[in-house]
Amino acid sequence: MADNGDDDNQYRIKEGDYVVLKRGEIFKAVQIQPRKKVIFEKQWIFLDNAVGQLYSTTFEILSGGNLKPHELKDTASPLDAVEAGTDNRNIVDDGKSQKLTRDDIEALKEKGLKGQDIIKKLVDNHATFGDKTEYSQVKYIKKKKKKYENTVMILKPSCRILAMMYHGREPGKICHLRYDTLAQMLTLANIHAGSKVLVFETCAGLVLGSIMERMGGYGSVIQMYPGGGPVRAGVENFGFPAHFHDTLHEFPICHVNALLAGTLDTSAKDPTAENTHEKQLNLAAEKEQNQPEAEEQGSPEEESMVTNTGDDAGQDVEKTEKDKLKEAKVCPALVIASRFHPCPVLLGLLKFLSPSRPFVVYSQYIEPLIECFKKLKECGGTVNLRLTDTWLRHYQVLPDRTHPLLLMSGGGGYLLSGTTVATDHSKPAGSKQAEEPAPKRQKLEDTEG
Amino acid sequence: MSFVEYSDLIQDGDVAIIYLSHNNVMPVKVQQGAQTQTRYGVIRHSTDLIGQRYGSKVTCSKGWFHVLHPTPELWTVALPHRTQILYTTDIAFITMMLELRPGSIVCESGTGSGSLSHAILRTIAPTGHLHTVEFHQQRAEKVAEEFKEHRVDHLVTVRNQDVCKDGFGVTGVADAVFLDIPSPWDAVGHAKVAMKKHGGRLCSFSPCIEQVQKTCEALQDQGFEDISTTEVLLREYDVRTVSLPLPDFGPDPESTEEATPAAPPNHASISLKTTTLPREMPGHTGYLTFATKPRT
Repeated sequence: MADNGDDDNQYRIKEGDYVVLKRGEIFKAVQIQPRKKVIFEKQWIFLDNAVGQLYSTTFEILSGGNLKPHELKDTASPLDAVEAGTDNRNIVDDGKSQKLTRDDIEALKEKGLKGQDIIKKLVDNHATFGDKTEYSQVKYIKKKKKKYENTVMILKPSCRILAMMYHGREPGKICHLRYDTLAQMLTLANIHAGSKVLVFETCAGLVLGSIMERMGGYGSVIQMYPGGGPVRAGVENFGFPAHFHDTLHEFPICHVNALLAGTLDTSAKDPTAENTHEKQLNLAAEKEQNQPEAEEQGSPEEESMVTNTGDDAGQDVEKTEKDKLKEAKVCPALVIASRFHPCPVLLGLLKFLSPSRPFVVYSQYIEPLIECFKKLKECGGTVNLRLTDTWLRHYQVLPDRTHPLLLMSGGGGYLLSGTTVATDHSKPAGSKQAEEPAPKRQKLEDTEG
Repeated sequence: MSFVEYSDLIQDGDVAIIYLSHNNVMPVKVQQGAQTQTRYGVIRHSTDLIGQRYGSKVTCSKGWFHVLHPTPELWTVALPHRTQILYTTDIAFITMMLELRPGSIVCESGTGSGSLSHAILRTIAPTGHLHTVEFHQQRAEKVAEEFKEHRVDHLVTVRNQDVCKDGFGVTGVADAVFLDIPSPWDAVGHAKVAMKKHGGRLCSFSPCIEQVQKTCEALQDQGFEDISTTEVLLREYDVRTVSLPLPDFGPDPESTEEATPAAPPNHASISLKTTTLPREMPGHTGYLTFATKPRT
């Protein structure tokens, strides 16, 4: 994994790549396609010139929407030689400080003047700029830069960037899941290479993609989906290599009941297999491909959809089965983040988990998680239950001007997490063979405290 | 058992997590013939643990507990403290913001009690590597021993040196650097050296704002970009059913007189499921400053 300096190739932007455009704190995910117009921050852009450049390059947007790498980071601010005031006692808001009119500014823009130069002109024509305090000047320029600077940075997508992007642009699509909450989910569910994860999400595929990123193409993810097929737009944005997609499987949630019912028939024959459910899941998926009519649940229409959209539909059935059985060796961790009521989803899908495996449920609202919590306490089979949320605060850190940002996110949703344990109440054989007779074996009331 | 791979049965030599209650979790090194005392009685490893499934309920003379498969998160609440440690809330956010994933090369200092280290190792396995630097010799040795016990030593190199003076011991390899030291600004230059030419992410954890201030200046001087400081706090809710009494306004003259005797007189109340926040909660752990090293 050593970095041999000159190997720039893997860091270059290629045609067909999924990338993220960034300006300021605004992100947008796009695919690099030849001569394709992309709208970003009210501007038309052609991304063709980005091909072959390195990721994280800043580009200037030229007239006509073409990009040009923005080589020199002009750190010299236009206020270099300007003097500054000490306070604002003589600054009056008469609305006449700026001598350039809106039309003048538009004209400058029409002329194709660079953002940097427009800002310079604005400063030069600002009557009281010199009276502003140094801090106030910096703030003014920063504000103008945001408005007039015509640059865009092209980033390689990552869970961090996409989670921030979705939260900023389309929180409704991801059930208002804030990125720090997503971070908690990935950690609490102990997502790592080689794990098997059961996911139920209606967050546009963002949660699924984040899980896949953390698994790095090792292990497997089984996506339970509602309706006609899984939503994976968010997964596309990650731009995973093809082999990552081989680890992704899906199963329609409307067949879970049938699956569990089927399990009851066969699990008796195989008492040792702790993963019977999982095997069943795979078998059922197989069965479904071969004879969709056999399933009792779901409309035939949905089933044919499944058959068509299934990742494995076209593959050699025998190979698939072998793969899936191999994959069934360990039961998954469980991650739920959906707009559905989490209670039935959790209680239904928990049945697929082995003991001592983590699960985490996200909900935008706390009330359904309170219900989940109560239900789990009643049913048993879980420990370490925690109902939490996180609070995220950003800081401005500047010399003599450090403080929390004035605006913060109101809420990033709630999480219920825990660990499964064996529901079997029979005592382990070993513990009774103590040499000395056990004293009173009093049952503890509730170790959960 | 391994911290980077699940197994089903407890074996000799494993580290198992004894879950006694919500706030009482302890790690146990499983050894044939060994015994561990708990408040619920003695655990005999040979019979109570070895060969049992992770997640089983084990009965002791005075009660029972669950035995859980180790994870970095359980380790964080169970580990023996040798220093102040990072907790899961911060760790989770750091992991995402540093863009850690399988294959990442990470530099960390100081190693401390290894709370974050285990989480990093879990995330970067099986192809990544952690270079961790701890200037306290005894702590460095202890944590190296733990990595071995936890079967993650192939993924980590522990160096006993002063990161502010000697750096991380590697050059141009790291995708991410994490600093949790008293004077991170002194290590920013070394962090830059350790990082890949193509760039990477840095995070510094500091409890005091003055430390943040100096670190941000150093980052700026070293050409780091996208510098941002954040704080993330956890709130844990207690779930409970509460009962709120209803006031008695006395007999209502408006209502029909026949119904009055049927209405319950004083003890009407409504019960509802709700949550409460603890009377006290952690209000501050540290500020997390993130930055991107651009391509150099």
